[in-house]
Amino acid sequence: MEIKGNDLEKLRLDHKKIENRNIFKFRILTVMTIIIFFGLWQFVADQGIVDSRTLPSPAKIYETFLAKLTKKAPDGNLLSANILASLQVSLFGFFSAVIIGVPLGLLMGWYKILDKTLTPIFEIIRPIPPIAWIPIVVVWMGVGLSAKVLIIFFSAFVPCVINSYTGIQLTNKTFINVSQTFGASNFTTFIKVGIPSSLPMVMTGIKIALGNSWSTLVAAEMLAASAGLGFMIQMGRQFARADVVVLGMVLIGVLGAILSFLFSSLEKYLLRWK
Amino acid sequence: MEQIKTKKVEVRNLSKIFFQKNSSFEVVKDVSFDVYDGEFLVLLGPGRCGKTVLLNMLIGTETRTSGEIHINGAESGKPSPAMSMVFQKKALLPFKTVMENVELGLKFQKIEKEQRRKICQKYIDLVGLHGFENSYPHELSGGMQQRAGIARAYAVSPDILIMDEPFGALDAQTRYQMEEELLQIWEKERKTIIFVTNNIEEAVYLADRIILLSSCPAHVKAVFPIELPKPRDLFDPEFLRIREQIETQTDLSL
Repeated sequence: MEIKGNDLEKLRLDHKKIENRNIFKFRILTVMTIIIFFGLWQFVADQGIVDSRTLPSPAKIYETFLAKLTKKAPDGNLLSANILASLQVSLFGFFSAVIIGVPLGLLMGWYKILDKTLTPIFEIIRPIPPIAWIPIVVVWMGVGLSAKVLIIFFSAFVPCVINSYTGIQLTNKTFINVSQTFGASNFTTFIKVGIPSSLPMVMTGIKIALGNSWSTLVAAEMLAASAGLGFMIQMGRQFARADVVVLGMVLIGVLGAILSFLFSSLEKYLLRWK
Repeated sequence: MEQIKTKKVEVRNLSKIFFQKNSSFEVVKDVSFDVYDGEFLVLLGPGRCGKTVLLNMLIGTETRTSGEIHINGAESGKPSPAMSMVFQKKALLPFKTVMENVELGLKFQKIEKEQRRKICQKYIDLVGLHGFENSYPHELSGGMQQRAGIARAYAVSPDILIMDEPFGALDAQTRYQMEEELLQIWEKERKTIIFVTNNIEEAVYLADRIILLSSCPAHVKAVFPIELPKPRDLFDPEFLRIREQIETQTDLSL
């Protein structure tokens, strides 16, 4: 018996209903975890199980959040100024790492001569943690924006290079062969076949770089900054304002998650062929 | 009623040895054969006997250790628009749509987009993929992917088409259907085809002439002209007799 017309439409709607119900179920789960997490935290703080000076309650942090929107104390900046300053530093560092790191990794992975000449140096630079660069960077360029950007750059640069390098080396040999049999030059094959087929790995590298550049922020802003979320956390510590410290941490977390979400959407679009 | 046959491809004493640290490995040994204009030639040999290496040397993406290859009378050493290839499997670029894949060769030849689209559309229609131009390879079945691969090879209007076990990864039903359709396309377009397979039935079904290759290293073991009219019946006694005859001479692959 063939199913069509109204029956088919009815089945389709039923199917959609079930699917929506499932999506809704998972949504609830996600929201529940967040509520339970903050609920427990609030409970622990309210009951005085931990001292509110060491761990302020979520309600208190929300209060501080609202207050920081209009008040400059204790660090001397509005919250928005701190967020903008941090975004500026980390995105500058991140984009310069992507712009330099990805093409470098791709070229190193494709052209053997670049591989043999540059990889050894890169392998030596790679294990140096970004924080270890701080003293020398301060000597080089003081404590301004460019110094902070450079620290972030180092943290984001490495995954960009490694993933692009590995990604393009994993290019399917058959695809290269296809391109060559159609008479494409090595460079054309690199552009038209190598780069697109390494894109999934490159995107993963960029995602790691984005995470790194955001999380190295606090370290970078330890360099005598005058604004930024990391700076706000430092100031909060100096003034013994645990609420400001935790607010800074929560904001770094939330903003990091938002950046990562935005990037995932871009990734999904670019890799729609997968 | 033998026509005067023009030689399209001449392969003379072709050998390939791979060298490793302390050893060498001969995969193709002193292979010579001719391919005539418009001919459907099948290279039949057991799995892993160097057939793909032989094809890669033909098309110019693999260097040879010794020997000569003449295409249309001229010595050939690198890929040329005179030849194109249909690969074993999964050779469509996954990040390009069917149309973009079929266009690939013409794009590298810097043909104008409009003209290129027109040519490609013709071959996409010919292989029965009309309506799938904007699909990505992962959205297609194995058979449809190979159709796109065939359209891609035809789109550059090569003199010679090389097919490397194109139906090897397909299920039996799809395979029979694809063989039949390939013959129809071949009748229509009259290109020279060099078709590699390890399947005797497929070889006898398609070939004007079969060159039987030995197990590793590959060398020419025997040549069988197949004069049955096409399309052939797989259960015709004559068909079965030829199949049997070739089977007894074939090396078993490991």
